[in-house]
Amino acid sequence: MTTPTLVGYDEVLEHFDPVLGLEVHVELSTNTKMFCGCPTEFGAEPNTQVCPTCLGLPGSLPVVNRSAVESAIRIGLALNCSIAPWCRFARKNYFYPDMPKNFQTSQYDEPIAVNGYLDVELDDGSTVRVEIERAHMEEDTGKSLHVGGAAGRIHGAEYSLLDYNRAGVPLIEIVTKMIPGTRERAPEVARAYVTALRDLLRALGVSDVRMDQGSMRCDVNLSLSPRDSGVLGTRTETKNVNSLRSVERAVRYEMTRQAGVLLAGEAVVQETRHFVEEASGTTRPGRRKETAEDYRYFPEPDLMPIAPPVEWVKELRGTLPELPWERRRRISAEWSLTDEELRDLVNAGALDLIEATVAAGAPAGEARSWWVAYLTQQANSRGVTLDALPVTPEQVARVIALVASGELNNKLARQVVDGVLAGEGSPDEVVTGRGLAIVSDDGALVAAVDEALAAQPDIAEKIRSGKVAAAGAIVGAVMKATSGKADAKRVRELVLQRCAPVRG
Amino acid sequence: MSELIRLTAAELAEKIHSREVSAVEVAQAHLDRIAAVDGTVHAFLHVASEAALVSAALVDDGLAAGVAPASPLAGVPLALKDVFTTIDMPTTAGSKILSGWRPPYDATLTTRLRAAGVTILGKTNMDEFAMGSSTEYSAYGPTRNPWATARIPGGSGGGSAAALAAFEAPLAVGTDTGGSVRQPAAMTGTVGVKPTYGGVSRYGLIACASSLDQGGPCARTVGDAALLHEVIAGYDPLDSTSIDEPVPAVVAAARLGASGDLSGVRVGVIRELGGEGYQAGVRSSFDAAVVQLQKLGAEIVEVSCPHFEYGLAAYYLILPSEVSSNLARFDAMRYGLRVGTGASAEEVMAATREAGFGPEVKRRIILGTYALSSGYYDAYYGQAQKVRTLIARDFAAAFTHADVLVSPTAPTTAFPIGDKVDDPLAMYLNDLATIPTNLAGTAALSVPSGLADDGLPVGLQVMAPALGEAVMYRVAAAYEAARDAEDGGPLIHRVPEVPA
Repeated sequence: MTTPTLVGYDEVLEHFDPVLGLEVHVELSTNTKMFCGCPTEFGAEPNTQVCPTCLGLPGSLPVVNRSAVESAIRIGLALNCSIAPWCRFARKNYFYPDMPKNFQTSQYDEPIAVNGYLDVELDDGSTVRVEIERAHMEEDTGKSLHVGGAAGRIHGAEYSLLDYNRAGVPLIEIVTKMIPGTRERAPEVARAYVTALRDLLRALGVSDVRMDQGSMRCDVNLSLSPRDSGVLGTRTETKNVNSLRSVERAVRYEMTRQAGVLLAGEAVVQETRHFVEEASGTTRPGRRKETAEDYRYFPEPDLMPIAPPVEWVKELRGTLPELPWERRRRISAEWSLTDEELRDLVNAGALDLIEATVAAGAPAGEARSWWVAYLTQQANSRGVTLDALPVTPEQVARVIALVASGELNNKLARQVVDGVLAGEGSPDEVVTGRGLAIVSDDGALVAAVDEALAAQPDIAEKIRSGKVAAAGAIVGAVMKATSGKADAKRVRELVLQRCAPVRG
Repeated sequence: MSELIRLTAAELAEKIHSREVSAVEVAQAHLDRIAAVDGTVHAFLHVASEAALVSAALVDDGLAAGVAPASPLAGVPLALKDVFTTIDMPTTAGSKILSGWRPPYDATLTTRLRAAGVTILGKTNMDEFAMGSSTEYSAYGPTRNPWATARIPGGSGGGSAAALAAFEAPLAVGTDTGGSVRQPAAMTGTVGVKPTYGGVSRYGLIACASSLDQGGPCARTVGDAALLHEVIAGYDPLDSTSIDEPVPAVVAAARLGASGDLSGVRVGVIRELGGEGYQAGVRSSFDAAVVQLQKLGAEIVEVSCPHFEYGLAAYYLILPSEVSSNLARFDAMRYGLRVGTGASAEEVMAATREAGFGPEVKRRIILGTYALSSGYYDAYYGQAQKVRTLIARDFAAAFTHADVLVSPTAPTTAFPIGDKVDDPLAMYLNDLATIPTNLAGTAALSVPSGLADDGLPVGLQVMAPALGEAVMYRVAAAYEAARDAEDGGPLIHRVPEVPA
């Protein structure tokens, strides 16, 4: 394979318009598989979550998982799709060892949801509407593990192991219409779309949407049209794009690669390509589409068509949670945020955390301040994302409450959080463990004040004679003596009290 | 030869439940019979002697302890077509590709038989994956017709039908995709029923064509078939195409019919299934049956089903299409035969399928793969589905004029082994009259209608609307009683003794 000639990004745009299309597969987080009662948990011992049906044993039959259909309908509704009054499953026939029946039960020309859209917000705050062609239900395949070859690839492998735990896990495939007109922002639009979709699915609670675990997988379709021609070019489909960053990189790479091919006077090959994260985000060719298999789709005879009653769809519409964009609108109103402030929170991944902190009883302003200031610093210095910090919103709310009640001051509060991050337990445990509570026991304080006054009799005298400003020196001494744990305000009150002139 | 084996299932049940004989004695008598004649007949692919005796003993123990029998058929032996999964016996579907496969689960039908206390004697021979009309396409050799051992017993369920006719079992189960229960019944002088699609669970039935397959009872009398029908039928949540409706009361209907009065019942003769293409003896037997039904008080009407003539063509597009997909799973990766040590999974799959499938299966996989392929789907599969709709409408229209429809079950009597095995089109014509019922998802049965002039049995097909089994059993039972009376005994008692 010759190394492709890549073209500079500006040069790509000078000659071509990119046309995007995205197919996203989402594993639903139903308790059981699409067509049988096997559990769907990730990470079980190989071939322990299988039965005659998901192993495709002779004689076995599928039964549709109602909660998967429910999730599909809710996804369709959230994507502004029409829900088909009648739809069917179809068999997609092809041979592959990780597919137990050698056909995948999927939907073909009669999907459950069609013609929707998702409004996607870009970094600069502008919005792009991505049209959704369809969302359909299908079952996942098993997993092949190729042993002895290069980098887990089938080519050159000595043997392959098959794990059917994933076979039959419910999938929803969401397919966009062609997304033209994105120009230089094509990579960003692609990433923003997948991000928005991920947030939406997470809000719906229908999937773990973990790209790293494969519960959300993206295929990127891209072609280049000669600039301003509107003539569609030959597209490639890049598979295995398994992070948000990779989505962006895959689009950018394919733009520069295809432009290189076209500018050299050659033709783009219609093919499936594989994204290679390790090779700095390049793609390598896979199956050629011109010899693509004929899937011989036909309606699945072992299942009845699905005709979701109108009332059911209506009821499911009623179960849609606040969707991410609605929530953002509400939050910016409630917290009086500018668009820019809100976007910073979103980009920092702080919105959920702040909201959860508020839900745990903290005032919005303080919750926001903790997450965007001190905790963001901590996350940055540890090189992790905010949500990966080992502190929960509830714990942050507790710290805020301790400050509000005067049991901690801000300095101590940060030390408490440090303790929590260091794994010393809950905020209250850290307070106890490190002995960080503000000393507000007057008995102890009075003793400290008297000691300080006795140590500096001249200053004590000044105070007694009415020079109240001199009290600062005694307060400072008491704070030093109590390692900052005393409530300075209370110390000052006590100093003035102890030095008050004796009357009558 | 023990006289027990010549009794009906109902008679055996009565003797077992009254403890006149034990279920073990009954099972043993049939096992002895199998040992004596199955070397010739070859109805069985697997005989489960030990399991059968254990199961029978359990029934006897229950009865001895005063427990009521689990079902009206508790303790009665049965031969199960080798297409239903059984956890304790191999299941091959007549194919080399499943040689030695032990399913890890029981079919719903198997479970129901066990729960009913029926003694499963073993698994019966069949055309590979139920594709064929003679049982010659079994990978394990043909079954012989007890009426004439040089002849076929019909197919695909030739093993189940021959087991009944050879008195190796009083009951059997078959599956009917295009006539595989009814045509063998006609060939062997026995009764075979294709219930309404969705009436009997397909869970654990190794699929031939999913939208056509239906398990059904086989017996030597209509009454016995009805008893078995009520044991195996009923809603199963594991089969999405199963009908969630009460099982038609076929036992009561058969009893009613046996009393001999069919007044008020309208019997339709289908013009398109009464004409050409029938062996003379078949035709005359049918005409006599219609006269008999009229004598019983039925009103005979002629109905027209103009689209039936396209049934065979539509069937041979829909069936292979589904077959090509259903049989894709036999790829050597997880179970069954594995051939070759090729460099890739694809090579092993190809070598295994080449070695493991017989010629008829390959023919249909190729046909179906072609019919579903891009650019041909609409012309073939799509058109065939339209024909299917038209045939269902023909039935619906006919059933506004008649309560049941009748026709000969098969165009000929049993033909000699080897006669049509190399002529697929001639073989396919066997199912001309039975296929429309499968395409429409309705019910039908075959009941013996005497012997043709060649001395071989002929079947009368009685067809009913979906879930209309009760009237179908009633008509068949009435006809059976009248014919037995006229013949001076059941036809099956005229079957010659099987040569050793």
